[in-house]
Amino acid sequence: MYSQGLIGADGKTDEDEAFLAAFQERIDAEQKIEPNDPMPEGYRKTLIRQISQHAHSEIIGMQPEGNWISRAPTLRRKAALMAKVQDEGGHGLYLYSAAETLGISREEMYQQLLTGAAKYSSIFNYPALTWADIGAIGWLVDGAAIMNQIALCRCSYGPYARAMIRICKEESFHQRQGYEILITLCNGSDEQKELAQDALNRFWWPSLMMFGPSEGQSVHSQQSMLWKIKRFSNDDLRDKFINATVPQAEFLGLKVPDPELKWNEEKQGYDHGDIDWDEFWRVVKGDGPCNRERMRTRRRVESEGAWVREAALAHAQKRAERQAVAPVAAE
Amino acid sequence: MTETATPLWEVFIRARNGLSHKHAGSIHAADAELALQAARDVYTRRGEGQSVWVVRSSDIVASDPVDKDMMFEPTASKIYRHPTFYEIPDDVGNM
Repeated sequence: MYSQGLIGADGKTDEDEAFLAAFQERIDAEQKIEPNDPMPEGYRKTLIRQISQHAHSEIIGMQPEGNWISRAPTLRRKAALMAKVQDEGGHGLYLYSAAETLGISREEMYQQLLTGAAKYSSIFNYPALTWADIGAIGWLVDGAAIMNQIALCRCSYGPYARAMIRICKEESFHQRQGYEILITLCNGSDEQKELAQDALNRFWWPSLMMFGPSEGQSVHSQQSMLWKIKRFSNDDLRDKFINATVPQAEFLGLKVPDPELKWNEEKQGYDHGDIDWDEFWRVVKGDGPCNRERMRTRRRVESEGAWVREAALAHAQKRAERQAVAPVAAE
Repeated sequence: MTETATPLWEVFIRARNGLSHKHAGSIHAADAELALQAARDVYTRRGEGQSVWVVRSSDIVASDPVDKDMMFEPTASKIYRHPTFYEIPDDVGNM
C-alpha cells in the first residue's frame, strides 16, 4: 500500500560514482543506514516521500473506522475499535518520527498533507457504510497493509525498519478483530451474511489496488529495489495477499467478487481478473468517493486543535521563564 | 500553519526492573509533563514499560558518524582486552 507513496517519487541523485558505489556496497552487505550516515540525496528524498505518505495514511485511516466507534454493536467491539483507531494514530506518529530523522520537520509534513501536496493511500477514500465494513477493513485493508509492511521490516533505512517491526507486531490484532467481526456476521441471520458479502464486494478490488500498479520497467522502482527501500514488486505482494485471503473468504462462506479468479496449479497461486486502474488513478488524483471529506475533516481538526497547541506552548514558556527568574529572587 | 514548532523529545523505556532504559522513539510535546504523557500513550500501549524517561532531543550530544573510525577503530585492534586472547591449558579447567 505504501509503495503507492513511491508513485512519481523523484529518486534522481547527482553524487559522484565513487560515493554511490560505496553506498551501494553498504546496502549490498545488508548494512542498515542510520540517520546521520552519508546517503545519496535521491535515497533521502525517496524515503521522506514514502515514509511521510505512509504516516499520512495511518492518520487519515483513523477516519473511516472512527466513524463507527459510537455505533459499535457491543462494548467489546467498541473497546477493540477504539484501541485499533488509537493504534493507527500511534503508527502515524512512529512514522512521522522516522521521516523526521531524514531532515524534514513534522510541521512541513503536516503542511504537505493539508495542502494536498502529499498523498495518502487510496483505500482510505472509500466510505465505511455498514458495520460489516469495519470487519472488512480489518481483514482486508489491514491484511494488505501487513503483507506490505512485513516486507518493509527489512528496509535498508534503520528508523523505518524499526518502526515497521513495531507496527507489524501491533497490527496482527487489527486483522484478527476484523475477521472475527465477519465470522460473527456470517454465522448470523441471512441479512447479516448479506452485509458481510456486500462489504467484501466493495472492499475487495480497492484492497488489491493498495499494492499499487505493476511497476513494469519503472526506473524509480528498480532504483528503490536496488537501494533495498523496497524488497518485493507490487505484483508479487498482491499475489501473496490474494493467495492468503481467498481461503479465508471460503472459510467465511463468502464469494470473492472476481469471476475470473481461478486456482492455477502450475504456479501454485490464483489468477485474477483485471484491476480497474482507471478507478485507482481517479481516487489517487482526488476523485474518490471520500477524498474531499477526508481532507475537510483533517483540516478542520488541525485548525480546531491549534489553540490547544498554542496554549500548551505558551504555558511551557511561561513556566520556563518563571523557573529562570526564581533562583535570583530567592537570593 | 503559523504556529511555532513543538519541541522534540527522545523516549526511553524500562521494560521491567532489572533492565536498563532503552531508546523507544521520539515524540513532540510542549513541556516535560506533556512529553511524559504522550510517551506513555504512544510507546506503552501493550505493557511495554514500567518506567519512562523523556529527554529533549536538543540536549543529546551525539558522536558524528564521520568520526566513526577515529572514535571506535582503536578498540578493534586491542584484542588483548578480550579473554580469548590469553592461552590457558585445558587442564586448568574453566577460567
